Amino acid sequence: MTVKDLCKILSATEVNIADYDRKITSGYAGDLLSFVMGKAPQDSAWFTVMTNINVCAVATLADCGCVVICENSQPMDGVKEKAKQQGINMILTDKDIFTAIKMVVNEGQI
Amino acid sequence: MAECVHLEYRVDGNNFVSAGTATESVKSFLKNMGVDPKDVRRVAIAMYEGEINMVIHANGGYAYADIYVDKCIITLVDTGKGIADIELAMQPGYSTASDEVRALGFGAGMGLPNMKKYADECIIESEVGKGTKVTLVTNFS
Repeated sequence: MTVKDLCKILSATEVNIADYDRKITSGYAGDLLSFVMGKAPQDSAWFTVMTNINVCAVATLADCGCVVICENSQPMDGVKEKAKQQGINMILTDKDIFTAIKMVVNEGQI
Repeated sequence: MAECVHLEYRVDGNNFVSAGTATESVKSFLKNMGVDPKDVRRVAIAMYEGEINMVIHANGGYAYADIYVDKCIITLVDTGKGIADIELAMQPGYSTASDEVRALGFGAGMGLPNMKKYADECIIESEVGKGTKVTLVTNFS
């Protein structure tokens, strides 16, 4: 699926979209950044409630395809700007992590 | 083999906003050099963990990247408190990070294990009260 598909499935709000057509090939859920760094596959959708500036660094360095911020957890100061500057796809949904993943998996695309 | 490029960065201590800047710069450099994205990612993950460790535990330090045609050597040097038991620190889940740092999503005790996992060679030299030097070698595929 693409970032655009992901947005649609989750009825998500855009925090920053660098590339709607970027392919999402897998997913990872977690808030502990070293676990994400160590385990999130390249081009994955990363489901988290963490919203500090370090999320941008981790998403960039681990080559996450899209950060999916769940539970309507609001991005902290500077995150939107940093996401824009670094070309990170980041979307926001009111769904909890489990529900969001279930919705994506039910679509059968990852 | 002749050295291609040497990059140097000052890493600020306790600054979680700028943490990762050195790694992002090295990643961008390797990417522009045309290094395989998989190798770039391995360098970035291992280096970021080291950079964050300096921010959290050592009040910052210096990061160096020596980029050759066939490999990248990252060296992270600090004059922090040092690691008393490196073997213990290498164990997944072991962490001495503060609650404040954990609240940011760090301190899961996966930093050193991630460095070992992603770099081809991970050498940690440390002396309590003097500091730590971490060398991360990534061979390009």
